[in-house]
Amino acid sequence: MMTGAQILMNILKDENVDTIFGFPGGAVIDIYDELARTGIRHILVRHEQGAVHAADGYARASGKVGVCLVTSGPGATNTVTGIASAFADSIPIVVLTGQVPTHLIGNDAFQEVDIVGITRSCTKHNYLVESITDLARILKEAFYLARSGRPGPVLVDIPKNIASAKTDFTPPGDVRLRSYNPTYRPNQKQMREVVRLLQAAERPLIFAGGGVILSKGAAELTHLAQTARIPVTTSLMGLGAFPGSDPLFLGMIGMHGTYAANMSASTCDLMLAVGVRFDDRVTGKTDAFARQAAIVHIDIDPTSIRKNIPVSVPLVGDCRISLQMLNEMTGTAAGDAPSPARVEWLGRIAEWKRTQPLSYHQGESIKPQHVVEKVCELTRGEAIITTEVGQNQMWAAQFYRFDHPNRFITSGGLGCMGFGLPAAIGAQIACPDQVVVDIAGDGSIQMNIQEMATAVQYNLPIKIVILNNGYLGMVRQWQELFYGRRYSSTRMNHAPDFVKLAEAYGAVGLRATRPEEMEPVLKQGLAERKPVIMDIVVEAEEGVYPMVPSGAPITEMLLV
Amino acid sequence: MAEDKHVMTMLVDNQPGVTSRVTGLFSSKGFNIESICGSPTNDPNVSRITIVTAANPPVIEQIEKQLRKLVNVIKLRSLNGPKSVRRELALICVHAKAEQRAEVLRIVDIFRGKIVDAGLEHFIIEVTGEEAKIQAVLNLLKPIGIKKLARTGMIGLIREPK
Repeated sequence: MMTGAQILMNILKDENVDTIFGFPGGAVIDIYDELARTGIRHILVRHEQGAVHAADGYARASGKVGVCLVTSGPGATNTVTGIASAFADSIPIVVLTGQVPTHLIGNDAFQEVDIVGITRSCTKHNYLVESITDLARILKEAFYLARSGRPGPVLVDIPKNIASAKTDFTPPGDVRLRSYNPTYRPNQKQMREVVRLLQAAERPLIFAGGGVILSKGAAELTHLAQTARIPVTTSLMGLGAFPGSDPLFLGMIGMHGTYAANMSASTCDLMLAVGVRFDDRVTGKTDAFARQAAIVHIDIDPTSIRKNIPVSVPLVGDCRISLQMLNEMTGTAAGDAPSPARVEWLGRIAEWKRTQPLSYHQGESIKPQHVVEKVCELTRGEAIITTEVGQNQMWAAQFYRFDHPNRFITSGGLGCMGFGLPAAIGAQIACPDQVVVDIAGDGSIQMNIQEMATAVQYNLPIKIVILNNGYLGMVRQWQELFYGRRYSSTRMNHAPDFVKLAEAYGAVGLRATRPEEMEPVLKQGLAERKPVIMDIVVEAEEGVYPMVPSGAPITEMLLV
Repeated sequence: MAEDKHVMTMLVDNQPGVTSRVTGLFSSKGFNIESICGSPTNDPNVSRITIVTAANPPVIEQIEKQLRKLVNVIKLRSLNGPKSVRRELALICVHAKAEQRAEVLRIVDIFRGKIVDAGLEHFIIEVTGEEAKIQAVLNLLKPIGIKKLARTGMIGLIREPK
């Protein structure tokens, strides 16, 4: 006979879970009691939202399923933002919530909420365990659903009496769901059409997204682009899917995309879109997006295809498998000298890159873009970068060079402030030997600052670089450009002293206010073997450029 | 693009919360439900839900894909055109004083309806048919005076091969 809590531990071990992020409470006390007797490492966060973001960061850095454990009621509701962020970015996590005992469900019991109802629209799937005999099967299904197909968060709500009930445990077999069978191998006939289009195209462009990274297809994508000499742009989530230092790389596309990427998208005659979902921040005005192009869209989720943009060739399948097949099918053409049309196309792109590179003006004060460039230089482009949300996130995306997948960890779809610090914690636990840097803003960092205590407790040497401009900068920038400079509630003039704050938590705090102080502070901070906050006071009203006004075609860019 | 009525039927796991997942999808994505009808099938583990919606073709495509993506939706088919049979049942309570009773009975007869309840001043009529037929009955009864109306919403099945 085994208790529900023991069954849970059994399944976690079976799923090779070595770390979970969580916060205890009454409804999960039996589970925590059992957890302490296993070898599974528990990271005690300071707020449940932090647990989910940390599990998210862990999943992205490691490629494994992230797991978190919280109690019922407020513990469960505090996970919602984290779950919604993981859902928007298709990150595989399993969220275990405690629930009041089954006989109290529906009675407005202490710390009772209908978390399955609340998270129905922001999970890939969720479960309320109603009988201990279902527990093992549900947990196996949860892990399977989280990582298979288009990954995503799965929540399992476990009532307290189920965790303590006993039953005979027989390990469940392989998961089989008759209603859920993702298509991994794309349709052959459609693939041949893609090959034909690729070979006929004069001005092809690859647009890669997070799906390439999630499917571990970056090597296949890179091979295809380099062999066939096709330029590559990525979405925010796709950064690292193709080496940032390769001359074929155009930078990110969209609202804060590069001039070359946005112009290429509007001029190409074939767009090979892989693992993307054509978010509005990418397309701008959809009617004007890639007007000259036949669009091939590869994605494992059929609902992503033709949701926002009409496409010429839809291809439902796993990105890595599809790219592998494309490489095999186009193999014969490799090594051929590029056609004159292709040479001209690459020349046009080189010209766009040369005349309108990402840039900024140096000045009297520290420029945030310069800070990110310096961080990139000092970490040789090899760090794992997490971000908060807003200007800091866009500068990190623009000015850090990502040569590898799983190194850029950001809340892309949901745009969730307070993400970067807990995500850095998760990434550092997944990759203890890597440098992990959270590029933060003075606004965002305060949203989950309590996780500094977690970083210090577990001696995680994460590096937080606050680009401190004293504003909620991205909203301020919109107010500057589109709302007559009326800075309504975006001035953050009562921030704490971040150096003292770091010290109060037992971390290292450093500050740079003058341009000449910036590099020494970064060097010193990056060399520390402890958590560090580097408070870099930057130009207050610096903007993120290029910028495409919301709803405009992406060729209408405001430049530096 | 023109919005057309579209009938879709799906087999789903017969579990608590599944109807909520289906209807929740419609509300969260901004799709609309004209009618919904669900009940268990001959397999007690499986229910059938039939939904009538109105949308343009790309939106219909998206609705169907989104529904198929739900883990509890086993199978989904469109129920449009001659390859399927569709039926709806309506219970219509009409005012029926002495001078109107003959007229009501004639209408019921024309549409092969049934009187399932009768009083001194009312009838409750049961009519089954496709939407057009139900609409026709209602159009004829409206001038006489409809007191109450209950409709099941559409159900249907794909025809088997002949």
